[in-house]
Formats: sequence, C-alpha cells, structure tokens
Amino acid sequence: MDLTRRTLLKTQAATAAAAAANVVLPASAQNIPTGEDIQLQWSKAPCRFCGTGCGVMVGVKDGRVVATHGDMKAEVNRGLNCVKGYFLSKIMYGSDRLTQPLMRMKNGQYAKDGEFQPVSWDQAFDEMARQWKRVLKEKGPEAVGMFGSGQWTIWEGYAASKLMRAGFRTNNLDPNARHCMASAAVTFIRTFGMDEPMGCYDDFENADAFVLWGSNMAEMHPILWTRVTDRRLSHPHVRIATLSTYEHRTTDLSDMALVFKPGTDLAILNYIANYLIQNNAVNREFMDKHVNIRMANTDIGYGLRPDHVLEQRAQHANDAQVSQPSNFEAYAKLMSEYTLERVSELSGVSKEKLEALAKLYADPKTKVMSLWTMGFNQHVRGVWANHMVYNLHLMTGKISEPGNSPFSLTGQPSACGTAREVGTFAHRLPADMQVNNPEHRKHAEEIWKLPHGLLPEKVGYHAVQQDRMLKDGKLNAYWIMCNNNLQTAPNTNNETYPGYRNPSNFVVVSDAYPTVTAMAADLILPAAMWVEKEGAYGNAERRTHFWHQLVNAPGDARSDLWQLMEFSKRFTTDEVWPKEILDANPEYKGMSLFDVLYANGEVNKFPVSELDPAYENRESKAFGFYVQKGLFEEYAAFGRGHGHDLAPFEAYHQVRGLRWPVVDGKETLWRYREGLDPYVEKGAGIQFYGNPDKKANLVAAPYEPPAEVPDSEYDLWLVTGRVLEHWHSGSMTLRVPELYKAFSGAVLFMHPDDAAKRNLRRGQEVRIVSRRGEIRSRVETRGRNKMPPGVVFVPFFDASQLINKVTLDATDPISKQTDFKKCAVKVVLAATADAGERP
Amino acid sequence: MRRLAFACLLSLVPCLTAGVILAQEAPRLRGPDPFTKEIPAPPMQRQVTNDVRVRRNYPDQPPVIPHAIEGYAVDLNANKCMSCHARKFTEQSQAPMISVTHYQDRDGNTLGGLAPRRYVCVSCHVPQTTASPLVENRFTDMDALTEPERQPARGR
Repeated sequence: MDLTRRTLLKTQAATAAAAAANVVLPASAQNIPTGEDIQLQWSKAPCRFCGTGCGVMVGVKDGRVVATHGDMKAEVNRGLNCVKGYFLSKIMYGSDRLTQPLMRMKNGQYAKDGEFQPVSWDQAFDEMARQWKRVLKEKGPEAVGMFGSGQWTIWEGYAASKLMRAGFRTNNLDPNARHCMASAAVTFIRTFGMDEPMGCYDDFENADAFVLWGSNMAEMHPILWTRVTDRRLSHPHVRIATLSTYEHRTTDLSDMALVFKPGTDLAILNYIANYLIQNNAVNREFMDKHVNIRMANTDIGYGLRPDHVLEQRAQHANDAQVSQPSNFEAYAKLMSEYTLERVSELSGVSKEKLEALAKLYADPKTKVMSLWTMGFNQHVRGVWANHMVYNLHLMTGKISEPGNSPFSLTGQPSACGTAREVGTFAHRLPADMQVNNPEHRKHAEEIWKLPHGLLPEKVGYHAVQQDRMLKDGKLNAYWIMCNNNLQTAPNTNNETYPGYRNPSNFVVVSDAYPTVTAMAADLILPAAMWVEKEGAYGNAERRTHFWHQLVNAPGDARSDLWQLMEFSKRFTTDEVWPKEILDANPEYKGMSLFDVLYANGEVNKFPVSELDPAYENRESKAFGFYVQKGLFEEYAAFGRGHGHDLAPFEAYHQVRGLRWPVVDGKETLWRYREGLDPYVEKGAGIQFYGNPDKKANLVAAPYEPPAEVPDSEYDLWLVTGRVLEHWHSGSMTLRVPELYKAFSGAVLFMHPDDAAKRNLRRGQEVRIVSRRGEIRSRVETRGRNKMPPGVVFVPFFDASQLINKVTLDATDPISKQTDFKKCAVKVVLAATADAGERP
Repeated sequence: MRRLAFACLLSLVPCLTAGVILAQEAPRLRGPDPFTKEIPAPPMQRQVTNDVRVRRNYPDQPPVIPHAIEGYAVDLNANKCMSCHARKFTEQSQAPMISVTHYQDRDGNTLGGLAPRRYVCVSCHVPQTTASPLVENRFTDMDALTEPERQPARGR
C-alpha cells in the first residue's frame, strides 16, 4: 500500500492529537519508525575504487546494503569519501547484474559464432575445462593465459597465481595493473631492490612542498587531495607545484601550474638535477654512503611489435633494461646538457617557473613530497621518469623521513596488495621474488609443497603481449577476471578485439556486469563483488585491510576465488604436469589440482569453526575450510622475516588496516631509516636493504621523444584518462544514476582556439581519428579541464566512445606499461552528424 | 505524478534475463554491436538547474547540486560555493548551510570556519544532468525495508 500525502498528513495529525492527549498510539500509527526497525548492521570495508584505500562503513538491513559513509576510524580518510565512495551502496544493484553463466551456443553446443545462452556452472566449467585441456594438449602451457586485476582481493590473486604457475605451469598471468603502475613497480625494484613506497600518507601532514608529476589528484585521488589541501590551506608556507600537459582541478588549487609539452617532463627532471649539481645542493655525504650511480641504456624503442620501424631502428630495443655502473662526474656531465634555456625551450615552461620548481628540491629546509600517477607511469619512458624523480630525492637525501617522500600513487584498490605484493605479474612471485630466479622458484615450491622444478622459469606474456599473442593465435585459452580490457587496452580495434574473436581462441570473462569485454567473450561467468565476499586489499601506502562478507551475491554469481578453486577440481596432475616430474614425485600422481594447490595441508588448515559467526562466508562453506585465512597465512609465509611481514590474519579484521612490514605487532610508517624501520641495523642511519649492498641506485637517462608526435595531418596530441565521477571503464559507476547524471558521457576537451580553427562549436559531434582508428565524440571547450592549444583530452569510461580504438599500443620498453597519454590525432566535424542538443 | 510515471516506466523494463541482457540497448555500458561498428556520439546532456532538493538515498549521502556550477571558482583565492552555503550567508541566499561536519578537522575538533579538508566541494557534491539512467538501479531505500507499507511512490 502506498502511503499517499493525504494519509501521511492524517497520520501525522493523529499523532499530534495523541501527543496532546498524552495517549500512546500503536507503532503503526506513529509517523516515524523507532526501535528495532531502524537498526542497521554496520561493518567496516575498504572502498571498492581507487588505490587510496579509504575506510567505509557499510550499513546492512535485511540482506541488502542500504547505506555507506566514510569511516571516522580509518586513518586514511577520517570520515570522508569522494562522491564515488559515498555511492558505493548502489554499485551492486544495477538491474543487469549477471546472475548465471552465459555461453555462446548453437544447437545446444558451444559455438564461437553462437548466441549467448544461460548455462549451469557445471556446463560452463565442463566446456571451459575441455577447451583448456585441448589447448594444453595441442600447444602446451604457453598457449594458456589469464588477465587478472588490481581489484582482485589478495587471496584471489594468490589463488590465481598458484593455479596458473603451479597448476597449468605458465607465467602467462598479468594484471590490468600492468596498464596502471608497472613503471612504478619496476623502478622501485631497480632503485631500492624492493617494491612500494618507503613513506606513507602521514607524509601529507609533514611536507612543506608537494610536487605533482602527472597526477590530477583532485579528480583521481580526491581524498588524498583533501589531505594535501588541508595541509596547504592550514599552513600558509606550504606550496603545491603541479606539472601536467593541461590545466585541471588540481592546478586550480596549486601555487604553480607548469604545463609542459607531452614527454618533456624527462627534460624538466634532468634540468632540476642539473640545477642541484650547479648550485651545490647535492648532499654528497648521503650520495657517497647510500647511493650507486648507473647509466641506463639509451635509444630503447617503444615496446611496439618487433617489426615496427621504430623498433627496428632502435639500438637497444632488446636490452632496454640494462644499465652500466657509472660515477657522479659522468652523471653531472650528462645532466649539464639540460640547461635552463634548453629545457624551457623544449618544454614550453617559463624559466621562472622551472627555477622556482628546482628551488623546492634544492632548499634543504623544504620537505618535498613528490607524487605521481598515470602521467608518469603511462609513459614510453615511464621507468626513466620514475628513476629521475628518485634521483632528485637521493641527491638531496630527501627520502625515508616524514615529509620527504617520493610517492607513487596507485589507481586500483589492490594494485599494491594483489598485483605487486602477491605477484600476479608475468615476471613475479610473492614478496618481490622473480620467476626467472631459480632460488626464488625453489622457495615458492617449498612453501607451496610442490615438486622441485615444477614452476616455469620463462617470463610470461605481459598485458599488451597477451593481446598480440591472442591475435596471432599463439595464446588460445584465456581467462579474463575482474577487468574490462577491451575498453581499456590500447589500439583495441587492431590488437585486442581480433584476438578475442579469433576462431582458434576460447575467451572467458568473469565479471559482475555485461561489459564491453564480456560481450566479446565466448563464456561469461557471473561474479560476486566487493562485500558479497570476504576480502583483503593493499593500498598505495602498504596498508593491508580486510572486510567480511556482508551480503550474498545475486543468483548464481560467485566470487572469483570460488571460480578459480572450483575450476581447479577439473584437472588432475597427470593431465597438466610433465611425466618426468610425476615419475620423480609419484606421490603427486592422479591428484586434482585442487588437492595439490588448495587442499595441501596448509591452505585447508583452518576449520570453518573459526569463521566469525556474525558473517556469511560462502567460499569457506563451499570448500569446507576457512579458505581466506588458509590462503592468507600460506601467502604471508613468503614475506615474514624478509621485510614484507604481514600481521596474523585475525588482526586485520579488528583494525583499519596495517602498513607492512608489521614487526612485533607494530606497523612501519617509513622504511629504510633507523629508528623508523626495524629492519635497519643499529648505527646504519639509512639502509636501502632491498639491495645486497644496502644502497639505492641512481639511474641516469636522457630525454628521448615520444613514439608518435603530431604532424601536419594528425595535428593534435591526444591524452586519455579518468574523471572524478566514474571509475575507470565505468562498469560500476555508470550504473549508479546519480554518478551517471553527474558526468553523462565522454566529451572531447579542446582549447577554444583549436575548435574555432576547425569551425567547431561546443556540443558539436566530431570524429577523433588516428592512424589506428576513430570514434565520434562531442566538443567541450569549457568545463573542468583547460587544454592548451594542440592538446585534447578524452576520458575512457564511456563504452559508446571507445577512445582506445584510437590510442597507440606503444609501451615503456622496460615496464611494458602502455603510454595512454601521447599519440597523434586529428579532429573533424562528423559529416553525418546533426548539431546535437545545445546544452 | 511525474515520479509515479517514471516508477511505472521502470517497472516495465523487463527483468533482464540472459537473452535480453545481451542486446546492446545501452552502448554506453556495453559498447557498439559489433565492437568494430562506428556509432554516433549521443548529444551532450542538459544540466538540472531547478534548485529543487533531491531526497538522499541514505542520511550520509552528500546531497547532489540542483543548479549549474559552470565557472564557479574553487581555487586558492576563492570558493564560490561558500558565498551562498556558508553559515553566515544562508539567510540571504536561502541555500542549505554546509553540514556541521564540514566545520571539523581531521581529528574531529570544531573550527571557526569551513575545514580546509572540505574545501573542494565538488569532490563529494556533484551537479546533475537530465539524462535518464542507463539501467534501473535496484538499490533499496532503508525506509522501504523498515516500513514498506508507507512508501511515497518513487522510482525504486
């Protein structure tokens, strides 16, 4: 029965009359509910979106999430969320949630050219296992692969890594985090011998200057931006300098906006290094004691296909990662080429601004926090860019103490926790170990209780390479989990889509919603999301945080963890492991992969009686043991005692996360400095103990130009990226009406003069064309982004404007991370278009 | 009445089961069909400017902005939003005052003005366009669970 306005008023009148007469009416006659009715069950969880890792309180009633708010107790955000976080309550309730497996069928059989039909989990896994077995038999482990996610929970990534590397014996496992922060991850290892920042978010309250290198924090890390603005507005001496290829909401609140020509950030970084050297601002004692100097190989190509002319022409395309020992004099000589005049000319940034920026780093009394995200990492010289900023901090000794902090921000909630710490990259194992290191493989085999020699040593296909190998028919059985790669990979029309529809390939997509990627798959598996499962994420400041399952997933949707483990039951060791290994280790013969990987005496060690009775846990009930705890504790064995120490499992359900290494119950806020990091030996002061000599590597490199630059035909730079209101490809946020209505579709941000030159008006439909492909969009000459002439920006969240059909699949040759920020396009009026509704 | 009509319309959206689900009725969500097809860009959407308050989905939801904010400065020199929504201006402007939480610092101490950490209003409060939702959202209002019989008619 609907309560009309009239009856509502009548009820209220009755209540008022009753109150006046001092009469208590029955509850149904009261105008507001009280008592039991208004109780909600509140539990903590981290936010589902970016790498900031905000704490959220989630209110549940009758098995549904009905409210969320920022967690006051979470140190990261102290009660705040951004607009996406505040709408988390609604992300699971889009009416097109996938609730049952869907397979392409014809005449009751799987067919690549069939239509999607609902099938049971058994049918789905039967066909999938049949395809996997066929491919393994015909081509071997190298033809099987998986594309995972920085949004996987820690145990999902860990279970996937075991299944792929130890089960199917392939390292063709890579996370979408490859597109996101591989350059940062690789450079951490190259510089410090250990991944992830030495500092933490507490640096925000201690820095005197913030320098943002290719990071629009106001939109992409809004809650960390609240900590920056809080510091800036509360302490007038604090300065913010933002480097970018266009102006945006972050530059609105910056003291200095340095808009540079795409790619010339490298030259600016080297200019600052030169300034430090020329002005005696180098902390030579720190350098002598703690830093090695190396020279990078140069002319390293652009990570394109090997037959591309740019790769053929490059001198060191095949050994891009190599560097040579060097010395300060040689470094100073190289840097001396980056004079103020030359760099100002090259970058388009005024000399005054460049000098003011250099002074922030040079002044020993100014504590500098350098921050970067995709502008730096999605860069054909992303590794060099990361090195160059470390070089500045190492030269000045401004590192590993409160406020002095080179800090890489991450875009996904568990890019650090799952992609990096668990090691779901094609070259990595847990705790920073590498697949091509025999000692590391042996150690992993021991912890996993697996036969020696089982783990493959060959580095697997990275993200872009997976797409190329699918297209070329070398990768044939492929599982995509928890990402929307057909929307987010580069050059999709030519390099991604053809592989998905290649008739020799079987492509599986696990997702909560029918995404662009799912629509191009052969089998779609419905996934549980966020608080529909017990989870753990690791944020950008090394904070590991947990949540409980709070509600059930709809229909037959199941978590990625359940999917991975359940699928493993369909294989026996005899089917997937080599005969020699089984002959040498006969006790493993005839076992299922589930038994050797998950029911191995470690992972299944903890009974379901240990589950918190207040919460559901579907995976544990399905498998008969506390799955998440078993996986976590086995995984934690990799890092404990090695500088990656994680606390006991239970601890994380009590607290709002802990920053590793957690030693004697205490988290570590700043690493590598005595007194702050228990791993630094007494009297050492500073130790970069990730490297055997406990020193950091300063790696020198020059400026090299981008892979593609505008010319007379393709005369504009295209930059792609995100917006505040939508998260990545928008599969969750576009289904929240308030968020969709806040930014209802992608537009082309363009300078008014560029529009006028092409006779374009705001709102008109245009074609954005590159050498790879084209899309249609609408011209926006106003709004939040102020483009300089010659540069345009298009966000990638809108599936009706797939800007990645236009982008170039050039990568950093070392990190293999795509450069989504620099390619050449032209913009022309869409011939058939109407003028559109004028806003 | 318009809301009622909207709710009726939504209930007509078929419960999207497999066969229907995969029709490409929402290219913004699922892309063109087939993927390689070029599709037109939908027109830009009009801003909601009616100044009518919108009910929140739950108490902690930041209210959406029912007016245009084009050209509003929120920079180191000025915060345009506060010229109506600051406590001292609400009498003239009749705009809602910023929440009391916005006067508290990170540690919960109350300040004499807008907390610097809350300075960037648009991190949480967003204007709206008149675009229709791409798919129905089946989020349930807590009031609908506590007293289902008393719900004013509204889109689910």
